[in-house]
Amino acid sequence: MASVTYANVFKKFGDVTAVNDISFEVADKEFLVLVGPSGCGKTTALRLLAGLEEITSGDISISDRIVNDVAPKDRDIAMVFQSYALYPHLTVYDNLAFGLKLRKTPKAEIKMRVNEAAGILGIEDLLERKPRQLSGGQRQRVAVGRAIVRDPKVFLFDEPLSNLDAKLRVQMRAEISKLHQKLQTTFVYVTHDQVEAMTMATRIAVINKGVLQQIDSPQVLYDTPVNRFVAGFIGSPSMNFFPAKLRKDNGRIYVGGKKFSVPIPDERAASYEAHLGKDIIFGIRPENIHNPDYVPPNIHIEHATAKVDVTELMGNEIFLHLLLGENNFVARVDPRSEYTVGETIQVAFDMQNFHIFDAETELAIR
Amino acid sequence: MSNQIAKKQKFSFADFGVSALLWGYAAVVLLPLMLVLGNTMRTSREIFKNPAGLPTSINFDSYVRAWQEANFSIYFFNSLFITVSAVLLATAVSALAAYILGRYTFFGSKFLLAFFMAGLMLPFRLAIVPLFMMLNNMGLVDSRMGLILVYAATGIPFSIFILAAFFRQLPQELSEAARIDGASEFRIFGQIMLPLVRPALATVTVFQFVPLWNDFFFPLILLRSTEKWTLAVGMTRFFGEFQTDWSTLFAGLVITTLPLIILFLLATKQIIAGLTAGIGK
Repeated sequence: MASVTYANVFKKFGDVTAVNDISFEVADKEFLVLVGPSGCGKTTALRLLAGLEEITSGDISISDRIVNDVAPKDRDIAMVFQSYALYPHLTVYDNLAFGLKLRKTPKAEIKMRVNEAAGILGIEDLLERKPRQLSGGQRQRVAVGRAIVRDPKVFLFDEPLSNLDAKLRVQMRAEISKLHQKLQTTFVYVTHDQVEAMTMATRIAVINKGVLQQIDSPQVLYDTPVNRFVAGFIGSPSMNFFPAKLRKDNGRIYVGGKKFSVPIPDERAASYEAHLGKDIIFGIRPENIHNPDYVPPNIHIEHATAKVDVTELMGNEIFLHLLLGENNFVARVDPRSEYTVGETIQVAFDMQNFHIFDAETELAIR
Repeated sequence: MSNQIAKKQKFSFADFGVSALLWGYAAVVLLPLMLVLGNTMRTSREIFKNPAGLPTSINFDSYVRAWQEANFSIYFFNSLFITVSAVLLATAVSALAAYILGRYTFFGSKFLLAFFMAGLMLPFRLAIVPLFMMLNNMGLVDSRMGLILVYAATGIPFSIFILAAFFRQLPQELSEAARIDGASEFRIFGQIMLPLVRPALATVTVFQFVPLWNDFFFPLILLRSTEKWTLAVGMTRFFGEFQTDWSTLFAGLVITTLPLIILFLLATKQIIAGLTAGIGK
């Protein structure tokens, strides 16, 4: 059981700054997910915690002990690698037991702990096999098992599901969540997949270009992203953005671009008073754009006109790719909607759920 | 049934050609060996009368003569001791060097690798005069140890070349996982990495072993006392100016070749795995 703290951590590879002044705290028993596009520095941040890379400056602590100069094996952590990194020439049992043997754990205890971990993961029947005789999902389990037997203070996961097929990934996602509940230990998990982050994390840290963008619970991140990057990264399909300007007309504030203009509800208008005339970005999620015929009750809508570009039927919903001037955007509409490509239609914007970002700084304006 | 016939017809021409070629090659290789084997059981007189004749009786007298009277027991153990020691020494040194040169870059690492590779391009035999003088100064001429050191040195460049390539392709995450598991660098090398390059180890062992076992040049120059000779040099004693004991000579040849054949039979699988590694997944 342990907390983890990053304090002003930098990591430079030559001239490249991979991790740029990152500070945050992971509470005891928390499931923190580091998420960001590939090459954003999230894996490097994890490797710094594991001790596989040296920190350029700053401090990382585990349970209030600064571990900058502590060897990986003495940090009381265990890591699950993207490629699983199982020892190919050892049986599953020996793979699990390797770390314990090195720590001179008594044989009987090794056996007990390996069997216990195998029981948790349902791999008891595979203990005598070599890694090459296992399927991807089974290898994944063994890799997790190797971490469990060590009984570490902190579990580190480096994109552990990215080598699995889509169906298995969904299944393993749930299993890792269950594992976290069962073990009641601190998890730090790296992924580029925002769905994994949303579904598993107690908190998510979004990283871009080595810089921590926002760290909060999944729902807060989804509802109130601090900047355009977080808004676009979290959620699938991602948020639609329109370059626009704020203007005042007849006492009401309108947000509008070249081909559209919608009034902002009065209860939200106050905060935008200071930004009139400025270049802004208007952001709205696909699920907040409706077919006017099937608008949910009790929401404040405004209409806009757009041309249908592509329709994607998902069964339970339709993804409408629309054109508004030179802006492409996506709407998730009711599956009963009937649209044909090329048609010009009316769509309803839910004006209680939109975001406005400063065009220059890309920070949210609230 | 018709399917089977079609299959047969389709394969007959190509199969016949390939089979003929392979059998022909096998004959070319095996016939002289058979001739040698047969002639070990015949007397010199019989051999002169009809060199390709079959033995009239099964007896191993010539082997006993070669082993006891012609000192082949001594030569055999010299060869074995010198070759095995040299191969072990060279492989141990190469594996350690190749691991570091294949997996780490540090100041001078490229130069070191190039330095070892230069050994692949320079024929050792050209350097025999300075080599002899160097060994002479060190008091290592006419010593088995001197020959072992020379042999080990000749094997190292090739072994490093092969092993470094194998170590390089082992994933980084494997050593990182081991490091987190608590393994020291030396343990990672010995318990994780080394077992994974076993095909390469078999390859370099055999590729070193064969030329050293057969080598005639270095022992001829570096060894003087008969009791330190190896098989290849010892063989020359059979060629008399006036008379050569052919059946004993042939027995000596069989004794010399046998270990190599056994080695190949044992290591073929590993060697093939080593030479074809990386072709498929």
